[in-house]
Amino acid sequence: MCRPWEVSGLSDRGELVLEARHVTKIYPISGNRTLTANRDVSLKMYRGRTLGLVGESGCGKSTFMRMAVSLEAPTEGEILFHGRDVSHFKGEELRQHRQNIQMIFQDPGEAFHPRMRVMDIICEPLLNFKRIQRQEREAVARKYLELVELPGEFAWRYPHSMSGGQRQRVGIARALTLEPEILICDEATSALDVSVQKNIIQLLVRLQRERQLAIGFICHDVALVQSLAHELAVMYLGSIVEVLPGERAAAGALHPYTRALMGAVFHLKMDFDKPVQCIEGEVPSPVDTPPGCPFQNRCRMCREICRRERPALRTVGEGHQVACHLFGGGE
Amino acid sequence: MLQIQDISVSYGKRGALALKNISLEMKPGEILGVVGESGSGKSTLLRAVLGCLPGEGYVSQGDILFEGNSLLTCSGEEWRRLRGREISIIFQDSGAMINPIRRIGSQFVEYILTHEHMSRREAWNRGAKMLEGMGLPQGERMMRSYPFQLSGGMRQRVGIAMAMTFQPKLLLADEPTSALDVSTQAQIVRQMLKLRESYGTGILVVTHNLGVAAYMADRILVMRQGQVVEAGSREEILGNPKEAYTKELLASVPAMGGERFV
Repeated sequence: MCRPWEVSGLSDRGELVLEARHVTKIYPISGNRTLTANRDVSLKMYRGRTLGLVGESGCGKSTFMRMAVSLEAPTEGEILFHGRDVSHFKGEELRQHRQNIQMIFQDPGEAFHPRMRVMDIICEPLLNFKRIQRQEREAVARKYLELVELPGEFAWRYPHSMSGGQRQRVGIARALTLEPEILICDEATSALDVSVQKNIIQLLVRLQRERQLAIGFICHDVALVQSLAHELAVMYLGSIVEVLPGERAAAGALHPYTRALMGAVFHLKMDFDKPVQCIEGEVPSPVDTPPGCPFQNRCRMCREICRRERPALRTVGEGHQVACHLFGGGE
Repeated sequence: MLQIQDISVSYGKRGALALKNISLEMKPGEILGVVGESGSGKSTLLRAVLGCLPGEGYVSQGDILFEGNSLLTCSGEEWRRLRGREISIIFQDSGAMINPIRRIGSQFVEYILTHEHMSRREAWNRGAKMLEGMGLPQGERMMRSYPFQLSGGMRQRVGIAMAMTFQPKLLLADEPTSALDVSTQAQIVRQMLKLRESYGTGILVVTHNLGVAAYMADRILVMRQGQVVEAGSREEILGNPKEAYTKELLASVPAMGGERFV
């Protein structure tokens, strides 16, 4: 299924590295019921570009990224790495494939072994794949510490003697040692202070430029994601509801959920006298979801068709897709 | 209403000062936002006001006055009268404050009966009414729920409902929205602003989210490493910050359509 806009998009977006095609993840839960964590998700990651994935907690964004890094196999659909389906890799093949995609976690304090020195943390992946000798550890660690703008002496430190921002830099250094093509950041800056957060983002953007990394950036803060994503995907209750270019996110978002999410951000230039917008109600349970649009019970513009029919993602502009009956000829 | 006069707090006898010479004042019905990064001492400040500094923390100098009376010399009995009735607190995650294996109702009733003499039935109804007032539909059903059956936003509403039962004059809020999603965060912020409208509650809100502080507060206090960097009205701090640290902090807040890094 190839559409004209997809072909034209390829040339200026660069090489396609990872593609998820109609990925669905269903977990069985007690009482013979099912929990649909992801439903028919199709996303693409390009060389040197960032895909931002935003949504509320429990919407399935982490599940999707876990499938992207082959920590979890999709129930349906496929995940293509340079055109090859990697979703059912096993054993040595999977182990070798892991070098291509690396991950950064939310809290590097818990991601590291507390009794390992920084140089052991950074070099562990290299030793696992026998790319370096044990005695080369310090030199290699120093090189990578420099890359993430930390002093070389940190190689001898333990994780607890560093600040959150420094630890996250070590996390980035470790993820980059295997020279991956894709870096997945799961809420990588959520545990950090705003000023530190900004520095880490600047570092990631610099590394992306230098190494042409494809970055998948999961975050619940829509204002932060749109500041660094080339493509922004909005997820709600396991479905992608909108995909749009990052630079157009603020002005051009169409889906009622995306707009509500953006309206609920507190920033400093907002009108303080105007009541802040908020989405009423709660996210429905992903267990046995009803037919129709996932956002129907909270949408102010919900119509009859929304309760009956699930809207498909439709292209409404260049690089812009929306799953809503209000747009793209839903009549 | 609340006066903090030049207090310092340290943990342990020889520990470093967690707060150095902090002074502030709050009028009834005022909302004061305390912002700062982690480790700046903003939570220590809240706990000092409520007299529940963790571990070996103690106020080493200065005084905290609530309606003219010092809080530092309060006896246990006096604290029991103040806490919950005059001053109450909501935490970052109210779910962690509630006992996970008891229903909301049983804890709410216990809380009410601790402070006031009434029958269990009356206390139960009062709790259910408070929950409904906080925008939780079906208060009865909520009272019969276990904490894990509620979402983070709902648990936070339960926390606020409990804190507001006796309409305290001062509400301390320690990162009340930090554990929540943006859409729920907006709901809780609106709810807290409504408290002032309906009860005239003064709120001391501690947060690292400058946007939330700016939206809620009349005055803002910027803290760093246990000291006050800058304090002033919201307009002064946002429009005309004097200290470099405040400016840096303001510039780091991401905004829709703001600075782009790519």
